[in-house]
Amino acid sequence: MNHTKSNGIQVDWVKLSPWLCTIGLFLFWEIVVRLFGIPYYILPAPSHIAYAIYEFWDALWWNSIQTLWTTLAGFGLAIVFGLLLGLFIGWDKRIYAGLYPLMIGFNSIPKIAVVPILVLWFGAGWLPAVLTAFLISFFPIVVNVATGLATIEPEMEDVLRALGAKKLDIMTKVGIPRSLPYFFGALKVAITLAFIGSVLSETIAANSGIGHMMLTAQANFEVPLVFACLIALAVEGIGMYALMAGLEQRMTGWAHRSGFNR
Amino acid sequence: MNAFVEVEDVSLRYKAQTGNESTLAVEHLNLQVNQGDFIAVVGPSGCGKSTLMKLATGLHFPTSGAVRLDGKQVDGPVSIAGMAFQNPVMLPWRLTRDNVLLPMEVVNPHRQKIRRSRATYRQQADELLASVGLDGAGGQYPWQLSGGMQQRASLCRALIHDPQLLMLDEPFAALDAFTREELWCVIRDLHLQKQFTTILVTHDLREAVFLADTVYVMSARPGRIIVSRTVPIPRPRPIEVTYEKEFSDLTQELRGHIAEARS
Ligand SMILES: Nc1ncnc2c1ncn2[C@@H]1O[C@H](COP(=O)(O)OP(=O)(O)OP(=O)(O)O)[C@@H](O)[C@H]1O
Ligand SMILES: [Mg+2]
Repeated sequence: MNHTKSNGIQVDWVKLSPWLCTIGLFLFWEIVVRLFGIPYYILPAPSHIAYAIYEFWDALWWNSIQTLWTTLAGFGLAIVFGLLLGLFIGWDKRIYAGLYPLMIGFNSIPKIAVVPILVLWFGAGWLPAVLTAFLISFFPIVVNVATGLATIEPEMEDVLRALGAKKLDIMTKVGIPRSLPYFFGALKVAITLAFIGSVLSETIAANSGIGHMMLTAQANFEVPLVFACLIALAVEGIGMYALMAGLEQRMTGWAHRSGFNR
Repeated sequence: MNAFVEVEDVSLRYKAQTGNESTLAVEHLNLQVNQGDFIAVVGPSGCGKSTLMKLATGLHFPTSGAVRLDGKQVDGPVSIAGMAFQNPVMLPWRLTRDNVLLPMEVVNPHRQKIRRSRATYRQQADELLASVGLDGAGGQYPWQLSGGMQQRASLCRALIHDPQLLMLDEPFAALDAFTREELWCVIRDLHLQKQFTTILVTHDLREAVFLADTVYVMSARPGRIIVSRTVPIPRPRPIEVTYEKEFSDLTQELRGHIAEARS
């Protein structure tokens, strides 16, 4: 211990721990499968899955890009419309009071129920996937932006209004900066939801994407490939979440440091 | 000569929110404050003190009666007023200095000038902060300051545009006794120096008597002025006067009036 310290090399167990846990999980999985001789068509061992990934790399890669693209397209739409609608709803307490319950109501509809309707309207393919991703990730953005705007401290509004500030002044100086932590917080949730949406739609009606590939593999009883798809989804999901979390951290560091909204 | 602030037979009824009745907050309210005077308003909770502040700054308009400021009917926001509340409400993403400058970005003629000469304005804010004992705090974020320091900064924000009227709504209620007395002296010195007309709403009778020329007692809701008491102690007052008999007799007397108003 003393030796490593004097060399200035310190093992940061907190940083290392998630990696160790992940590796540990896969090792445990491998051992259990081998020890009990579980057949590969029930639960393939990680080594088996790794081989499937290697074997189907091109198809996995191509379909992952496809899923990524639909997710990001839906997510992008959600950001644009979510921001606009959020600004509109949060602009005035009366609009907020009127539309907020409606938003919550819409949001509580299980989105899986909408996919068949989208397929009915637009046919199978990428469009329903993009739209499902959009619909499912849209609400957290709207609700969060609107909440950030509508919860400006009344004293702050009084201080500015008494000086003759217009609504636009109050929004640009207080409301919008104030709702940014809510917005970036919502992005983290929304990207995950968008991903769920596009994969969901792909497994119902599509001819490409990881969701579709998984369904095909399942139909052909290629269980290791099903799991390989699952791993691909996990990697993609974690990557996008990490990106959004990093973005949030960068853009609204003040909110974390000041204990705002906690 | 007309008074600087004139509240003439004012009533204000808040419109009914969904589910509850409309509230008559103040009725037959009369108040005159001369230019440069420092008055305090005390009264039972919910009697319409904050309402009075909003009437005088044009945030609400009377249902009947008239409010005049500097001889002009108040018919909209009055940019010659500055306000501070119990809650200092600072914007956490702005440095303290930029919080203080917020009013300058709103009122004319500063809102045009500040874009071009930000540096001069920053210096002005830092000087004002230093005058209330916050040297060097301008470059810190408000959440890095203590409650008392934030309240000082909030006073600076109320005063940065050199308002002729300062409105204080229980500004020191959330502070400990020592900090509060320190801030009484800060306000006293600022008022002596800049001579702005001040209306202070407070629950603290010692605060009212220490700072004000005249203390007004309001009745329970609907609020109106029932007692007006001038404080004969010469100003500026050192903090030691609060231990003198004349001072405690006055606070006792006012306490009696409020007890009556409540019953
Ligand atoms: N925006 C509003 N809408 C409806 N009613 C209001 C509104 N603001 C105040 N009131 C009502 O008007 C009355 C007077 O309120 P006000 O805030 O002026 O009292 P206050 O004297 O400042 O009380 P406190 O000492 O507790 O601060 C209260 O009964 C309150 O419920
Ligand atoms: Mg009040």
